[in-house]
Amino acid sequence: MRMLGADAVLRSLEAEGVDVVFGIPGGAILPTYDAFARGTTVRHVLARHEQGAGHMAEGYARATGRVGVAIATSGPGATNLVTPIADAWLDSTPLVCITGQVRSSLIGTDAFQECDITGITIPVVKHSWLVQDVEELPHVLKSAFHVARTGRCGPVLIDIPRDVQEASLDFEYPDAVELPGWKPPRRGHPRQIKLAAKAIAAAEKPMLYVGGGTLNAHACAELLELAEVGRLPVVTTLMGKSAFPETHELHFGWPGMHGPKWSNWGMNKCDLLVAVGARFDDRVTGKLSAFAPGATVVHLDVDSAEIGKLRRADIPVVGPLKQVLADLADELRALHGTEATVPRTEPWLRQLAAWRDEFPLRYGSSDGMPKPQLVLETLQELGAGRDVVWTTGVGQHQMWAMQYLLCDRPRSFITSGGLGTMGYGVPAAIGAKAARPEATVVCVDGDGCFQMTGQELATSVLENLPIVVVIVNNGHLGMVRQWQDMFYEERFSEVHLSHHVPDYARLAEAYGAVGLTVESEDDLGGTLEEALSCGRTAVVDVRVDPREHCFPMIPAGAAAVDLVEYSNDREAVEAV
Amino acid sequence: MRHTLSVLLENKPGALMRIASMFARRGFNIESLAVGPTERHDVSRITLRVDCEQHPLEQIEKQMHKLVNVLRVSELEPDEAVERELALLKVSAPASRRSELISLAQAFNARVADLGADAIVFEIVGHPEEVDSFEELVRPHGLEELVRTGRIGLGRASSPKQNHRPQHVLR
Repeated sequence: MRMLGADAVLRSLEAEGVDVVFGIPGGAILPTYDAFARGTTVRHVLARHEQGAGHMAEGYARATGRVGVAIATSGPGATNLVTPIADAWLDSTPLVCITGQVRSSLIGTDAFQECDITGITIPVVKHSWLVQDVEELPHVLKSAFHVARTGRCGPVLIDIPRDVQEASLDFEYPDAVELPGWKPPRRGHPRQIKLAAKAIAAAEKPMLYVGGGTLNAHACAELLELAEVGRLPVVTTLMGKSAFPETHELHFGWPGMHGPKWSNWGMNKCDLLVAVGARFDDRVTGKLSAFAPGATVVHLDVDSAEIGKLRRADIPVVGPLKQVLADLADELRALHGTEATVPRTEPWLRQLAAWRDEFPLRYGSSDGMPKPQLVLETLQELGAGRDVVWTTGVGQHQMWAMQYLLCDRPRSFITSGGLGTMGYGVPAAIGAKAARPEATVVCVDGDGCFQMTGQELATSVLENLPIVVVIVNNGHLGMVRQWQDMFYEERFSEVHLSHHVPDYARLAEAYGAVGLTVESEDDLGGTLEEALSCGRTAVVDVRVDPREHCFPMIPAGAAAVDLVEYSNDREAVEAV
Repeated sequence: MRHTLSVLLENKPGALMRIASMFARRGFNIESLAVGPTERHDVSRITLRVDCEQHPLEQIEKQMHKLVNVLRVSELEPDEAVERELALLKVSAPASRRSELISLAQAFNARVADLGADAIVFEIVGHPEEVDSFEELVRPHGLEELVRTGRIGLGRASSPKQNHRPQHVLR
């Protein structure tokens, strides 16, 4: 069928089953927006900043496991997408970004709003295309979606000059891709899976260390099966959170810098560490040489480059986790059956539970202002039994969200892990709401984070994508303040934001949202419930004690055994 | 330890930049790099020389293999590959020194590519170590300018191992 390149973009999105995209128009992408005006089944959500559009597409992708799509114009529109692209790169979020480019004849001339976005993004994309001929468009779109979601998921970018959007072609969407250099693994090797199963069956103190790859692989049911067959304890990383039901008896928290003592001790003392779609990130391992020092390592991952990148794998299995985990569970079941043995992990599970009882999460009692941890505890109580998708910004509130919110449903916790992008929470929540309109979507945000992307409240209100934003407002860049307090002799440098400017409730009202303020513990539960059940976009400004630090904490570069518990362990901090 | 990697990649815009960028951002150092066409018009070959231990080498190979334009990555083992390099050397050569230099060149099968009043441009093709030796021998005579193409290599036709060691596959 004869059509313009711009229409071919939309027909391609439709062919990919894309139901919603996020973006902002501008000069070089005008022809494609004209195609939106001519009609499409794809819903366009108009963001207020391209970074917002990018994080919305990420939130959509994380909430569904499908590819998120963001659209921007050339130049500043494209560069504003760089942060979400880098975010998606580090968190392996499948994302297709489409940018307009200046006319082909102007490329390289420093034209108005010209910028080499394919060049700028090379270090943070799986692949990118500068479309030079309109005939390439269908194949490029097909390839882009294929690359974004196969193998290890991640972002790709398509840069389309304006004249290519305006040129016409005979459109036919291809059935298959032609990418001779793109060969993600199809199956984990049976021999390696057998070896892994034997190691698991023989282990007395195993630990499943589950990362975000499990969610990307849609392998949560298989993970649950494996854990139950082997009676294996599970810790989930920040990116893996919600891949395993957190109220399950086999879930033992979250490893890493702000993980509880029982999780980190479990990692430290285990004799077999099974990494499942996890990458031994420094925020998880701390000092690498002291991480799980006595453990044999089984590493399951779809990306062979992760095997042995930071920690040597004794038994690597490279393949799609859905198949690998399913086969592993079968092998393990067979081993238990034939050798008439039962899993030997019960004493270990009892030990982990004992540590959990002995070293619970703690925080100080309030002397007026609500403690931030109480906000998260209250949200956990209110959210239990509801279909909630949580998103967060980055910082202390994010770590408290990790510790206190128990997520049982896959994809119910959406956060920026690798890049640590402040401002991720609000737009990601809008994207998640667009993906799952039936769910209650709650962004737990910090006051610093909210001010980075808070303008997207307009998108939430006007696009009828109601979200609840709970600002854990400590009036500071809290995590930076905590580091200055602990490691820079309390020299607070440029971290004070104030509790009162802006007045978040009035700001919310200015956007047409519900604005609520909480200043005392007594109002907390009722006000949060009001926001959760109002059915509108709502912002709850909870003014909390800025002195509260996020504990436990393993200082950067330290080992799990150096873990600092609650803040009265000042000497321990100084010792590290 | 130095390694020679032979990389086949699609002849697409930006393909070389993607490889160079990956090396830069992951902190791998390239000692030499030569790129050119192959028997297939849509495929280029890069011969890369890197100085690293086995572990980073595996990382380099695996990270390269993840690039969409990269078709194959293999390591050329010294005894199973033919490796060559071309160099041009401008050496100062007053008339009194010419014959000495030219006979030196003959010993290395180097050619006189250009002859001037005060200098000679030699061209040498050979194993990179031979080029190194020639370079060192003419240096005392006054090496004015030097350009080397960087090493290129192919697996031997006579090698039973089909001219390349397979890429590291962890299955």
